[in-house]
Amino acid sequence: MSTEALRVLPAGAHAPLHVTGRGAGGPAPKRIVVGYGFWIFLLSDVIMFSSFFAAYAVLFKNTAGGPAAQQLFDLHNTALETGCLLASTFTCGMASLAVGERSQKWTQLALLATGLLGLAFITLEVREFVSLIARGAGPSRSAFLSSFFTLVGCHGVHVTAGLLWLGTMMAQFRAKGFRQDIRHRFLCFSLFWHALDIIWVAIFSLVYLVGTLPPELLP
Amino acid sequence: MSGEHEFDAGSNVGEDRLPGAESAGPERTLGQEVRGYALGLALAVGLTAASFWVRGTDLVYGPGLAMALLVLAVAQMGIHLIFFLHITTDPDNENNVLALAFGVLIVCLIVFGSLWVMEHLNHNMAPMQELMQMQR
Repeated sequence: MSTEALRVLPAGAHAPLHVTGRGAGGPAPKRIVVGYGFWIFLLSDVIMFSSFFAAYAVLFKNTAGGPAAQQLFDLHNTALETGCLLASTFTCGMASLAVGERSQKWTQLALLATGLLGLAFITLEVREFVSLIARGAGPSRSAFLSSFFTLVGCHGVHVTAGLLWLGTMMAQFRAKGFRQDIRHRFLCFSLFWHALDIIWVAIFSLVYLVGTLPPELLP
Repeated sequence: MSGEHEFDAGSNVGEDRLPGAESAGPERTLGQEVRGYALGLALAVGLTAASFWVRGTDLVYGPGLAMALLVLAVAQMGIHLIFFLHITTDPDNENNVLALAFGVLIVCLIVFGSLWVMEHLNHNMAPMQELMQMQR
């Protein structure tokens, strides 16, 4: 099948000009509405994360005599995790472009790379959690560690769910092709994946980099 | 659903271009799209590297480190929003921008509000040691 032919617009298929989303120029196209709805969900997710961030910031010094952030976190591991997630966000963007080009091969390849990088991220995170718990710094040790495991673990759960979603997207593209509804699902997935990286930026900056500053330098 | 309008996931290539974008110049080619993502990636990697570098260096005034890291984080989030999530000033993005502004407002209220209230509680409460002694 020629991908070129598919990219040609049928005559008169141009959407009306000046579609503002406020009703002028007709209703917004379905793609815009789907993206908007999912964007609202993502923002509510971000607000949930912000409560966990607030809890972490408030409870940061409540170590109950247990280990503090400065003794626990390995920034090399954090840098590796950050690299994996950042690269996977890029390959997810490449997958979006491949979908736009209707290229099954590149879509599957880019999604596979995204999934493998996401899996590497989760592996690194689970390894870190296991080593913390083995050192007696599990979530039940102190209020600080409870809030840490809740915040970072919640992000990890999101990434895991994203990996499952990614697998089903690969299967749907393979089985059903580039149908419009499948592409809309993929639009939501790509928004989800990019948003998870934004939350990770806040986590690695505030939880890991600021968290491990010497206590006298903290605000 | 009418098959008249076909709009694609994620990208702005070809028929996927934002409809009704007033500033619609020449259509963006695949190469330009890839370059856009690559530029976003380069900026994000640069800001991430800057964060880790700032954390390790003693060139930055110590007590300002936390604020510097916060600023770098916010900058990188902005890069992600623009280059990866395609939050732009296009007319059909208006609702997304407004929702984002509201989200940022709520996030700031929750985070800074919690910190502010809990800080004052800590200040105005007798130290835990004294409280325990009073109960004896």
